[in-house]
Formats: sequence, C-alpha cells, structure tokens
Amino acid sequence: MKPHLSPEQEEARASFRAFVDEEIASRADEWHRQERTPPEIVRRLAERGYLGWTLPTGFGGGGRHMLTLGLLAGEVGRGCSSLRSLITVHSMVGHAIARWGSRAQQAAWLPLLASGAKIAAFALSEPGVGSDAQSVETRARLDGDGYVLDGQKKWITYGQVADVFLVFAQCEGAPCAFLVERNRPGVTIEPITGLIGIKASETAAIRFTDCRIPADALVGRRGLGVSHVAAAALDSGRYTVAWGCVGVLEACLEACVAYTSERMQFGVPLKQHQLVRRMITDMATELSAARLLCLEAGRLRDAKDPAAIAATSMAKYFASTAAARAASNAVQIHGANGCSSEYPVQRYLGDAKVTEIIEGSSQIQQITIAEYAYQEYRGIPRNAR
Amino acid sequence: MTTEHSKAKIAGYLARFFPGHDLREDEDIFSLGFVNSMFAMQLVTFVEHDFGITVENEDLELDNFRSINAIARLVEGKRAATAAG
Ligand SMILES: Cc1cc2nc3c(=O)[nH]c(=O)nc-3n(C[C@H](O)[C@H](O)[C@H](O)COP(=O)(O)OP(=O)(O)OC[C@H]3O[C@@H](n4cnc5c(N)ncnc54)[C@H](O)[C@@H]3O)c2cc1C
Repeated sequence: MKPHLSPEQEEARASFRAFVDEEIASRADEWHRQERTPPEIVRRLAERGYLGWTLPTGFGGGGRHMLTLGLLAGEVGRGCSSLRSLITVHSMVGHAIARWGSRAQQAAWLPLLASGAKIAAFALSEPGVGSDAQSVETRARLDGDGYVLDGQKKWITYGQVADVFLVFAQCEGAPCAFLVERNRPGVTIEPITGLIGIKASETAAIRFTDCRIPADALVGRRGLGVSHVAAAALDSGRYTVAWGCVGVLEACLEACVAYTSERMQFGVPLKQHQLVRRMITDMATELSAARLLCLEAGRLRDAKDPAAIAATSMAKYFASTAAARAASNAVQIHGANGCSSEYPVQRYLGDAKVTEIIEGSSQIQQITIAEYAYQEYRGIPRNAR
Repeated sequence: MTTEHSKAKIAGYLARFFPGHDLREDEDIFSLGFVNSMFAMQLVTFVEHDFGITVENEDLELDNFRSINAIARLVEGKRAATAAG
C-alpha cells in the first residue's frame, strides 16, 4: 500500500513523519482541548522551512515540488488538522502573491512568509457570504492614493494570530484582493471558539471600519480578485486540504487497527468480527484511493498541466468525504471510548466534517466536477474513444 | 509554431467550453456567457503550459484573452519578448 515515490520523495516523507510523530501527534489532543496552537510549534514549522516549502528560492522559499508539499500536508494532517490548516492558509496567501502579486509585493512579502516571520491568513467568507464568493459585501472605496475598507469577515482560520490577511472586497462593483496588515487602524479581531473541528486553529471574525490601506495593497487587477487571485489561492488550499484528509484517513486506520486488535468482545478481539473488518476494508481502500488521487493532482501541479485544477477538485472532494466516512466509522469502532476525549477519533470526526465545507463545499465540488466532465467528454462518439 | 498552428491549438482547447458552437477567430468568448469558475484559471494554465510562456499580472487584461486572435497575439508577444532578451 506504499505510495510510489522517488527515493528523494520517500526521504522527505520519512522526515515529515518523524517530525510529526515526535512533536505533533501526541500533543494535538491537548491543543484541541485548549483551542490554541502554541507559538513554539509554529516556530518549529518555520525553522524546518515548512511555511515556505514551495515558494520561489529567489524570495527565500524552499522552491520545492508541489508533490512534497502534499506529503508534508498529509503527514501534518495525520497528526493535527489544525496545524495542517495553518500550512493551508499560509501557503494559499503565499501562492496567490507568487502567482498574481506585483514584483514589489513579492519582494516585500514572500521572504517574510517563507521564513515564517509573518503568518498570513485568507479572508474571503463573511457572515452573509460563503459559497457565492463573487458576492462579497466588504467594500473598498478609492480615496486619494489608496483605498478605504469597510465590512466584516468571518471564520478566518488563524485570524487570531495572523500578521497579514488576504482580504476580498468589492471596489465599485469589481471584486478585488488586498493585503491588509493586522495592525492597521480600523482592523478589529474577535476570536471564534466552540467549533466542531480544527478547534486549535485560532479562528476569528474580522471587522474593517474605515480602514485605510495604500494603493499597492491591491493584489492582481481590479475585477480579477475572485476569478484569479482567490481562485489561485483556493486551488492551492484544496490541494493541501485533500492531502490533510489522506492524513486523517491514515490516522483513523492506524487507530482502528490498534484498537480492534486489543479490545475484546464476545470472547475475541473486535477484529475477529466480520462487520468490524468491513469498516477496516473501506477505510484502507479509500485511504489508498484518496492518496492516489492526491499524488496525481500533485504530479499534474508540478507539470503545470491545466488538468491539475480539476484533478485537485476531485482529490479534495473524494478525500474529504472519505475522511468523514472513515472518522465516523472510527468512532463507531471505538464505541463509547470513541465518543470520549480519551481517544483522538472524535477529534478526527469534527476535523473531517470541516473539510467537507471549506475550500468549496462538497456540493460546490460536485457542481464544478460535473462541469468538467461535460467539458471533457462532450460529444466524443463512443467508437472514437 | 506558426500563428496558424497556435490559433488551431487555441481553438481546439476552447472548443470544449463552447459545445455545439463554431468559434470564430475574432469572436468575443466573454460575450458567450459565463463558462464556469475554473475557466479563467484553466485558460491561463493552458496558455502557459502549451506555449511555454508565463502569464504575469501585467498580462492579465481580459482583452488578452478575449478571442482566439487575442490569445495568439499574447503568445506571440510574450515569445518575442523572451527571444529579445
Ligand atoms: C472551521 C472553518 C474554517 C474556515 N476557514 C476559513 C478561512 O480561513 N477563510 C475563509 O474565507 N473562510 C473560511 N471558512 C468559511 C468557509 O469557506 C465557508 O464555510 C464555505 O465557503 C461555505 O460557505 P457557508 O458556510 O457560508 O455556507 P453556504 O454557502 O451558506 O452553504 C450552505 C450549504 O448550502 C450548500 N450550497 C450552497 N450553494 C449551493 C449550490 N449552488 N448548490 C447546492 N448546494 C449549495 C453548501 O454546500 C452548504 O452545504 C471556514 C469555515 C469553517 C467551518
């Protein structure tokens, strides 16, 4: 069941795995309970170059492949989905700047993000706007040689601690993306607690009141903020979320194999009961399938193939729904223990549920993937395939 | 690759987004209605991948992507710029 990796990729995966086992996996339940990510672990990610893994080397990044970024997100996701979310949102913003930022924005921001000196978050959703991203209600008004922002954002992962936000707003009816530092006057940040999953991810609501930002805060062209800038960020986000779900699937399988080997009922270990084995079968099969879809998405991304976008959507759709099924079955297999905080599987269930909602919900993926299917398989006669 | 080759390749790629419609080389693809949320990104990635150029922020004028002719012009312009220096 080992993925087919080159020796270098295998080596990278082994080092991510060892790091996660040593410094993350055993502490994730505590962070989850405290709804907090200790700054030390963020520093550790930064020290190891994990926060700038694929950013260009010219700007202090690691210049690594998308495939190994996926392996990293998968291993971190196996240990702690909140920390995987940090890698997700931080690299979404880094990717958007590397893709559509001006030279000056790249020179100013990428080295800071690559080293982890500054943490970035992605601020698209609002109290009234989620899936229909083009309709964001936050306003940017042209004022002298800058803009003035007014509006609110909600559900911003790591919004409590991020130093800079990629904020989406309408400017005279045109969707725009802006980089806004947290310490600008007019930015107010309020923690959101009590979420079902990724509980340690220091989520926040953000309010912008007469918040003045300079003209060079605009990322990409006016009007292309959602179609290009958010789209690039979300595509990157879907990729690391999909891999994070592979990690959750693997964690579920590991937990269930261990538990069913020990726990006795009706005089035999749980693993002797066929109905339990069936759940293990589905978990193992879907883990393999999800990983293969993610590897394919990673290879296409590294080849800069246009098919990567749909492959990433499919990987995210499949992996997130499979992770939610696996986590639900993992709780089932653990019985009452699974419902308690003594075992990590109830954390996996909440975390997996969140992945079916973020970065385009499962329904939004279903719509997009069907469009892709009609686009690719349209009108090709049966005998010509 | 000649301009004609480029145009044929672009037309071949775009055809999948406009089924049953015979796209003219100067036809405004944005006037044909909203395609889908992936289209903008797919188009940029296709142009970069299949013609070996990098579309930068400055190139992101909708006018550069408006028609088969416009995309072919963008590709040639980028290639000439790369060749020159
Ligand atoms: C833990 C967590 C972290 C998050 N982090 C961030 C973040 O960092 N940055 C950020 O910007 N946002 C973040 N979000 C918000 C997230 O992106 C949105 O929740 C998501 O886009 C869905 O929007 P919504 O919640 O408003 O649901 P809605 O858009 O209101 O959708 C509600 C339901 O209706 C369905 N639906 C909507 N439209 C359609 C349709 N056309 N056809 C069929 N079904 C449809 C959806 O699939 C969903 O099931 C986060 C959310 C959570 C839960």
